[in-house]
Amino acid sequence: QEPQASGLPEYIKIVEVGPRDGLQNEKVIVPTDIKIELINQLSKTGLPAIEVTSFVSSKWVPQMADHKEVMRGIERHPGVQYPVLTPNLQGFHSAIAAGATEVSVFGAASESFSKMNINCSIEESIEKFEEVTKSARNMNIPVRGYVSCALGCPYEGNVVPDKVAEVSKRLYSMGCYEISLGDTIGVGTPGSMKKMLEAVMKEIPLSALAVHCHDTYGQALANILTAIQMGVAVVDSSVAGLGGCPYAKGATGNVATEDVIYMLNGLGINTGVNLYAVMEAGNFICTALNKKTNSKVAQASFSTGTI
Amino acid sequence: NIVPTPVKISLINMLSETGLQVIEATSFVSPKWVPQMADHTEVMQGINKLPGISYPVLTPNLKGFQAAVAAGAKEVSIFGAASEQFTKKNINCSIEESLERFDEVMRAARAASIPVRGYVSCVLGCPYEGKISAAKVAEVSKKMYSMGCYEISLGDTIGVGTPGSMREMLAAVMKEVPVGALAVHCHDTYGQALANILVALQMGVSVVDASVAGLGGCPYARGASGNVATEDLVYMLNGLGIHTGVDLQKLMDTGTFICNALNRKTNSKVSQASCRL
Repeated sequence: QEPQASGLPEYIKIVEVGPRDGLQNEKVIVPTDIKIELINQLSKTGLPAIEVTSFVSSKWVPQMADHKEVMRGIERHPGVQYPVLTPNLQGFHSAIAAGATEVSVFGAASESFSKMNINCSIEESIEKFEEVTKSARNMNIPVRGYVSCALGCPYEGNVVPDKVAEVSKRLYSMGCYEISLGDTIGVGTPGSMKKMLEAVMKEIPLSALAVHCHDTYGQALANILTAIQMGVAVVDSSVAGLGGCPYAKGATGNVATEDVIYMLNGLGINTGVNLYAVMEAGNFICTALNKKTNSKVAQASFSTGTI
Repeated sequence: NIVPTPVKISLINMLSETGLQVIEATSFVSPKWVPQMADHTEVMQGINKLPGISYPVLTPNLKGFQAAVAAGAKEVSIFGAASEQFTKKNINCSIEESLERFDEVMRAARAASIPVRGYVSCVLGCPYEGKISAAKVAEVSKKMYSMGCYEISLGDTIGVGTPGSMREMLAAVMKEVPVGALAVHCHDTYGQALANILVALQMGVSVVDASVAGLGGCPYARGASGNVATEDLVYMLNGLGIHTGVDLQKLMDTGTFICNALNRKTNSKVSQASCRL
């Protein structure tokens, strides 16, 4: 750990999305007990938040069909949040019944993406989410809001920063405690990240912002660095870089948690996370999935025998 | 795998069409040590040398320098290191002794009006010594610059650097060498290359080394990656609105060519991604 570089946040909260976003985008259906074991291992690494599963119809997302079993089966470590996705009120109720204590809703900054992904307009999706946030408020359940396509859309191409700001503001106003801005197809660069954040920061306090960068074009760490230089202190990532890009066959998706932590450690920024423990969890799930890790830190560490 | 001479020549010729202004062509080192570069003379003589493009070659000693000039080289590079142990293991002498050897090359180059680029290896960490002090990097860089190198390329040889250590190292070096004479040569072994390059750019560095398709693994971490991919670098610089003169599509096509010839997958994520905006 290096002495902290000036001008950057002292602490960054890592939100681990591997078990949900990661596994959802892996072709192999993972057995429930493996999912539970992965989450239990991640719970011991110091990660403050682990996205567990998604209460969505198993018709749409077969990988998450075992959402109830996973939610009920995991160890709940004190001080660790276990958010779940709830695309609508039905999913929300199901999540609460299964013991969820935090939920997330997924908006998008692109009409085409919203239509193709959840078959409704941005406005209609916001109305659905409002039902969730209202119920959640009544039950004191925190809600995190995601905005997809923040730096580009697979259908529309360029996405205007003001649109991202507008959707973020809607989600924040309806009660989301945090807005995670997602570069869904990984096309963003430090240039577009800066412009987008400048627009969003006019509407949302910095402390309520997170970035969710995909590494499809290798830009994730540079984009995350840009975000943290602007004061963002919450970063989403996925152990072993689980989860390819559904819009670019064979390409990578999520940025690897190991690589993010390596960078933050080098910057002297505290995360509370034990890098070796994350690498071990990454090794576990890659072995279970019979695949190579997408984390360069893990690849290098295993090669040099550090692990 | 040893790459056939015609393939090397085709690769360099294709790179010459992309807008790149500097293409490191080969190394005039003994084929005993580096069999892959045994055809250095044929490559140097076989490539199309386009006007406005520089084709530097490595010359580890006076003998290599003379062979390079005889083969038509107009620019050469020498390789120092910020680590004593690395120097010992790599070229079997101390840093001081290596600089004395280079001095011969510098004198001959000056006499022949040939520009010399200096590389400093292990600037952010050494496979043998571990941590490397920024002061040591500054010291070696200063020596090489004073000897007459027009540019110093600072190499994160094992890719362990992060934006934190990059900043610290550059701050020290920039006290001794003008930023206009500095370049960064980042390896992506730990996925940190683009973030490290971004920090260097923010500090005023405007010369960046990269390798098409991310060719070149790390000899110190088997199976791990090495050089940062030129395609991924250009993609980032384009997004930042920084001019490079390089045509990304032509670069990707060149990467595809060499990967097919080597029967291997590219290390460039930009190349791998098939969705286009």
